[in-house]
Amino acid sequence: MEKKTKIKVRDLHLYYGENHALKGVNMDIKDNSVTAFIGPSGCGKSTFLKTLNRMNDLVDNVRIEGNVYLDGEDIYDENVDTTVLRKKIGMVFQQPNPFPMSIYDNIAYGPRVHGIKDKEKLDQIVEESLRGAAIFDEVKDRLKKSALGLSGGQQQRICIARALAVQPEVLLMDEPTSALDPISTAKVEELMEDLKKKYTVVVVTHNMQQAVRVSDDTAFFLVGEMVEFGDTKTVFSYPKDKRTEDYITGRFG
Amino acid sequence: MTTEAVVKSRPVVSAGSITKGRRRPTDVLAYIGIYASAAFSVLLLVGIIGYVLVKGYSMISWSFLTGVTSVLNDTVGIAGNILNTLYIIVLTMLIATPIGIGAAVYLNEYAKPGKLVTAIEFATQILSGIPSIIFGLFGMIFFGQTLHLSYCILTGALTLVLMVLPLVIRNTQEALKTVPDSYRQGAIGLGTGKWYMIRTILLPSAMPGIITGVILAIGRIVGESAALLFTAGSDGMLPITVKQFLDKIFASGGTLTIQLYLSMSKGQYDVAFGIAVILLVIVLLINMLTKLLARRFDVHTRE
Repeated sequence: MEKKTKIKVRDLHLYYGENHALKGVNMDIKDNSVTAFIGPSGCGKSTFLKTLNRMNDLVDNVRIEGNVYLDGEDIYDENVDTTVLRKKIGMVFQQPNPFPMSIYDNIAYGPRVHGIKDKEKLDQIVEESLRGAAIFDEVKDRLKKSALGLSGGQQQRICIARALAVQPEVLLMDEPTSALDPISTAKVEELMEDLKKKYTVVVVTHNMQQAVRVSDDTAFFLVGEMVEFGDTKTVFSYPKDKRTEDYITGRFG
Repeated sequence: MTTEAVVKSRPVVSAGSITKGRRRPTDVLAYIGIYASAAFSVLLLVGIIGYVLVKGYSMISWSFLTGVTSVLNDTVGIAGNILNTLYIIVLTMLIATPIGIGAAVYLNEYAKPGKLVTAIEFATQILSGIPSIIFGLFGMIFFGQTLHLSYCILTGALTLVLMVLPLVIRNTQEALKTVPDSYRQGAIGLGTGKWYMIRTILLPSAMPGIITGVILAIGRIVGESAALLFTAGSDGMLPITVKQFLDKIFASGGTLTIQLYLSMSKGQYDVAFGIAVILLVIVLLINMLTKLLARRFDVHTRE
């Protein structure tokens, strides 16, 4: 059965001042799937990821042309409320960045922002989110302790739980395992498999094996251009473009 | 043949015994010099504190701390001055803290980096280096005469607000700069509004720095005399009723340092030393309080 398209990107260009950082990207990201972006450093994959929930708005001097549609709605429309957009499209960063507060408050932060005050509801959301990020059992006895006392891998899963707590539809992950050890990486990868049942997951990764392991679709970026996009197995087994083939066979990058 | 020649021509670094010549004369000299400097600075500090304590110790008594100076009853007391000092501290910080934090948040989080921000930062830097008597002059003319407030605690407090504002702004700004950008991004990524993010993440994280700024400001207020002499006045009476206490804001009131200055100029050195002891104790307490509060509010070390 063909999955429906969640995010549709049409002819997206992005400029940092004079620097043309994204050159006309087109892409259909499918619902309930994991889409991976691969490519060498500085190729624009993280930049592209951030255009999907307008995190680039925070950077000075950025100019964006083209369209990004979430369920058919243009997210760069001037009437878009970015707080609602970012509630729908959550984000997990490269470095785990739990807030300097308790584990509980970290997870409850998002729901509180969006107006949930009821203690019982919050308790329930916190537990569900922590379970969703496969870390509940590890932290259930220390919810009131600072999240900064956890290991890097645990912190990253706390950040995933924090993103899940606002019940997003899409989860953007910017190299979520690059700062983690192999065991934590395996846990986060396992989690992605799980997450795609409910969410649309988009993940930037440096690690091609990871893309093969976790993703349904893969996009290959090179110096601001999206070179190839398609079913992960096809991209890795029968790349259409010579540059993709060179990259995945390790000839550069 | 050739290798031998090379070995022969190589200069030999002669070390001799590894235990002989351990102490070179230059090392010993440097060692003595450094220790002497350190000892001198510590002795100076201990000397001054000790001298003040010894000279002023005998003045400290219950009546000195809780009474007022009266020629009729032949008593000497600084209760009025202690109260005035607290009054001015509270009033000044009530005004300066919110404005200072607000300005710092604007400069660091809202304003786009550019000429205006650089100019404001430059101005605050200059402002904190201005001799306090100039603030006193301005305060006396502007608040005292132009605004007709005359000599009163409010005039003094407003003058001090100008003086300590740069201190609060700079410390808050430095503290905000140390909050990692990842916190900002994390919060914005959850769909947080900017002010909510500042209120719930940035300000709590910056709290130790903000508290340090506030307490440094209090320290400057406690030690200030030049800016207050011609703004807050020198009255040392103790208000008795609540109304008197509230009216005090528009009445002349001399702080401890002002009274110290007046006592010195009248040649009452024992009283001056007595006040000096109290001031030293207050400064010491403020220092300890800073450390305690900064640790208490540090979100990064909390369990």
